[in-house]
Amino acid sequence: MLEIDIRKKLRDYSLEVKLSVARGEILMLVGDNGCGKTTLLNIVAGLQDADDGRIALDGRPIYDSALKTNIPAEARNIGYVFQSYALFPHMSVYDNVAFGLRTRSHSKNEIGLLVKDYLEAAGLWEIRKAKAVNVSGGQKQRIALARALIIEPDLLLLDEPLSALDVRRQAQMRKELRETIHACNVPCIIVTHDLRDVACIGDRACLLEKGKIVLTGGAEDVMSWGAGLPLVGSKSQVAPNDFGEAGAA
Amino acid sequence: MASNQADIGPYGERSLAELVNQEQEIIGIPSRTREVALKAGLAFMLVLAMAFIALPVVALFLRSPLDTTLRSLHDPVVIDALRLSLTTSTITTITVVIMGTPIAYVSARFQYFGKELADSLIDLPVIMPPAVAGIALLVAFGRMGIVGHYLNGMGISIAFTTLAVIIAQVFVSSPFYIRQARTSFEDVDLAFENAARTLGASRVYTFFHVIIPIAMNGLISGAIMAFARSLGEFGATIMFAGNFQGRTQTMPLAIYTAMQGDLDVSLCLAIILVAFSFIVIFLVKTLTRRRVHKNAGN
Repeated sequence: MLEIDIRKKLRDYSLEVKLSVARGEILMLVGDNGCGKTTLLNIVAGLQDADDGRIALDGRPIYDSALKTNIPAEARNIGYVFQSYALFPHMSVYDNVAFGLRTRSHSKNEIGLLVKDYLEAAGLWEIRKAKAVNVSGGQKQRIALARALIIEPDLLLLDEPLSALDVRRQAQMRKELRETIHACNVPCIIVTHDLRDVACIGDRACLLEKGKIVLTGGAEDVMSWGAGLPLVGSKSQVAPNDFGEAGAA
Repeated sequence: MASNQADIGPYGERSLAELVNQEQEIIGIPSRTREVALKAGLAFMLVLAMAFIALPVVALFLRSPLDTTLRSLHDPVVIDALRLSLTTSTITTITVVIMGTPIAYVSARFQYFGKELADSLIDLPVIMPPAVAGIALLVAFGRMGIVGHYLNGMGISIAFTTLAVIIAQVFVSSPFYIRQARTSFEDVDLAFENAARTLGASRVYTFFHVIIPIAMNGLISGAIMAFARSLGEFGATIMFAGNFQGRTQTMPLAIYTAMQGDLDVSLCLAIILVAFSFIVIFLVKTLTRRRVHKNAGN
């Protein structure tokens, strides 16, 4: 269980968020560009500091201003998939996925076996020697996810994981993403501004506006939030077949 | 009217196309002439600039008698100067890289009080005339200098030693490396650092395994610039280290000394310096050739 209750003064508004995500639950964080979604993820990951508040993972505080606890990003064991994927361009696909294990001083044999498992599961074993910059958008997304999952994180954070993909690839990846994340059984927050992502991937959704959660509900309720919401993926943009997929999922 | 509309089409695309054609007919010849004239002008300027740079180098090779050049490679003065130049420039480059890399990284990534001043100070040796740098070093580290005075008391003398040659070279060449390294670090997307940290890498591990490799191209270019600047250093060296064969007489100083007696010897030395600089830089570039990495996401 992830519990967040933080405040941070930003340039134009204050980020004030209180929410919780259960183990195995996918929370979709929706909102316009600049509403504080990525800042919130960075605070949870320990890449930015909140002004005050508390973040706890399974009851263990990773940030607590009252207790002056602030576990650094490298010790939080959080899997983070960045919007641009941030794959290390000088490394091969294999080395990218192995990176998190090497920092944890796993043995070479153990790293070899684990990386092979993850690369094969993601259909990336054949391209393991390719430089991470030379693969397709869909493969980059899988590499970034495998790299985040191989460390067996206690929490998953995904920032616009599908925005760099073309529309056809997005539809295919939504289902894949949902299944992969559910299999991990950890709390997960996915930032998006596309309602199709919310409906097809998420279990629950929160709408963030100028740093505050203004609406929250089941992922399937998103459509009832109305087309008047300032979202990129408005009612009219949601393809019917995507909802079929969501229903199936 | 109706038929005319049908010809034009509902959005007037034909009339627009005709207009564009008409426009091209009207301005066609003069604009083509202008374009040709512009290209010719640019080509002329490019050739002129290339000739201006290439001519002195070519003249150097044309005027140097090959047999004298080869023979002078056995001259103890040349051997000493060449050895000293290559040794000091290599030590200087290593020193500048070790000292300059963290400074460049801090300058690229962090904001701190007095940053503007620190950055200006780092760049200062670039605009400072080398002779001024030499005097400045002398009054700082010379026997009577503000620091040298105390060092002298401890029996350490820097001025007019090989160490002075290296200090002079580090002083003048460090900005060339630091500026280039700073730009390279600025170009490394912060997301790479953040990704490494969330994967459990400490800041030091991230620096050596992620940031340095991604910035490597720029760092190598900067090191080559610093090496080349050290190899050509003259003014600060002669003021601060003097001109003693085998100890402080680097190639540029040997060229200057030879020129006062025999222009041919001086020309040979110059050729050798150019050839060695070229070989070193070519080798470094070939051995460390890598692809430019800017952003993995795109």
